[in-house]
Amino acid sequence: MARIIGGLTSSHIPAVGNAIEHNLQQEPYWKRFFDGYGPAKDWLKKADPDVIVVVYNDHGLNFFLDKMPTFALGCADIYHNADEGWGLKPQAPFPGDAQFSWHIAESLMEQEFDICMCQEMLVDHGFVNPIRALYGTLEKWPVKTVPLAVNTVQHPVPTAARCLKLGKALGKAIESYPEDLKVVIFGTGGLSHQLQGERAGLINVDFDIECIEKIATEPEWMTQFSNSEIMRLAGTEGIETIMWLVMRGALQDDAKIIHKHYHAPISNTGAGVLVLENQS
Amino acid sequence: MVWKTHDYDDIPGTYVFDGKVAHASYNINKMLFTFNTEECRSEFDKDPSAYCDKFGVTGEFKDCVVNKDFLKMLRLGCNIYFMAKIAIPRGTSVQDAGAAFQGITTEEFQAKLLKNREGLEERLAKVGGYWNG
Ligand SMILES: [Fe+2]
Repeated sequence: MARIIGGLTSSHIPAVGNAIEHNLQQEPYWKRFFDGYGPAKDWLKKADPDVIVVVYNDHGLNFFLDKMPTFALGCADIYHNADEGWGLKPQAPFPGDAQFSWHIAESLMEQEFDICMCQEMLVDHGFVNPIRALYGTLEKWPVKTVPLAVNTVQHPVPTAARCLKLGKALGKAIESYPEDLKVVIFGTGGLSHQLQGERAGLINVDFDIECIEKIATEPEWMTQFSNSEIMRLAGTEGIETIMWLVMRGALQDDAKIIHKHYHAPISNTGAGVLVLENQS
Repeated sequence: MVWKTHDYDDIPGTYVFDGKVAHASYNINKMLFTFNTEECRSEFDKDPSAYCDKFGVTGEFKDCVVNKDFLKMLRLGCNIYFMAKIAIPRGTSVQDAGAAFQGITTEEFQAKLLKNREGLEERLAKVGGYWNG
């Protein structure tokens, strides 16, 4: 049977992709941020997953505002990256696992999560940058991927509570797959940031640290907040933090903390890395 | 017909991209979405005004596009991620936009952000269990 080894979180800020592209990881601005990925990379190498499920949001590459799925699952054997309008060099295509994805889709549907199935899905910086931060920039990726997109762009977006429940259903879906796959879940985005309005530049270090602490040990804590409250505390784009809960919900309640890293600012954002491992 | 109010309406200096905003800025966002494709970008560059017409981008929104006033575009409710597709290649970053909203320079805006870095190691050490270099 498939087994979830653990999960990790990462910001997916575009500037991170640029820093990797231009080899700036050891520049003073970036050093502490990237060095803090070291233990996460080591853990991932040891965990050696066959598949990673990447929970992220699309920022206007694959989904336009005309049809905005709340939860969308990639169900293909390959996912392409593309220029997002900024002249970025697209990354090598990411291999998928269609059979595994369709199993997840069926299981989620049985558990009353009516997700959107995507047989073609362009993946943007939200998906790509955490993978690059953890695996480097490769011509051939050593792992299969399943993209799981959450709408955090056009409100109404799902609640923190709903995301945690989706994670629990995702965990059941994965662990009922008959193949012996080792799976790691990536929860991407966040933490606090606000890109526009007079409150642009908001970072809430205290809230970010509390999110890391509570999501690790007591994720239900986050479900006390409405999305308005999360945006008040963490900024409009800080709402992305709800995606961490999808990852967390898929893991065991007593998952072990392997690594915690926080840095601010990266661009406009508080950036957190949390690695959790299921008890075997 | 009425747009209902929300708990987030009174967050200061904050404009949530909800139905009301997305409805009013639909055409411009739709036009900017096409900028994902190089072909569309070069068609736009040849005649920005005609490209706006093609997507029904009119009035103040059209003025912003033609005059490259990306900040006003945001103020009118254009989505930040779609705005970035026209602004970033033309030298206006998301941080430039944030600074302009506050009426400060980008350098001042970045300096404010860097304040969050102060004492971070000590703070994390106090909570405990964090990687700290
Ligand atoms: Fe994002």
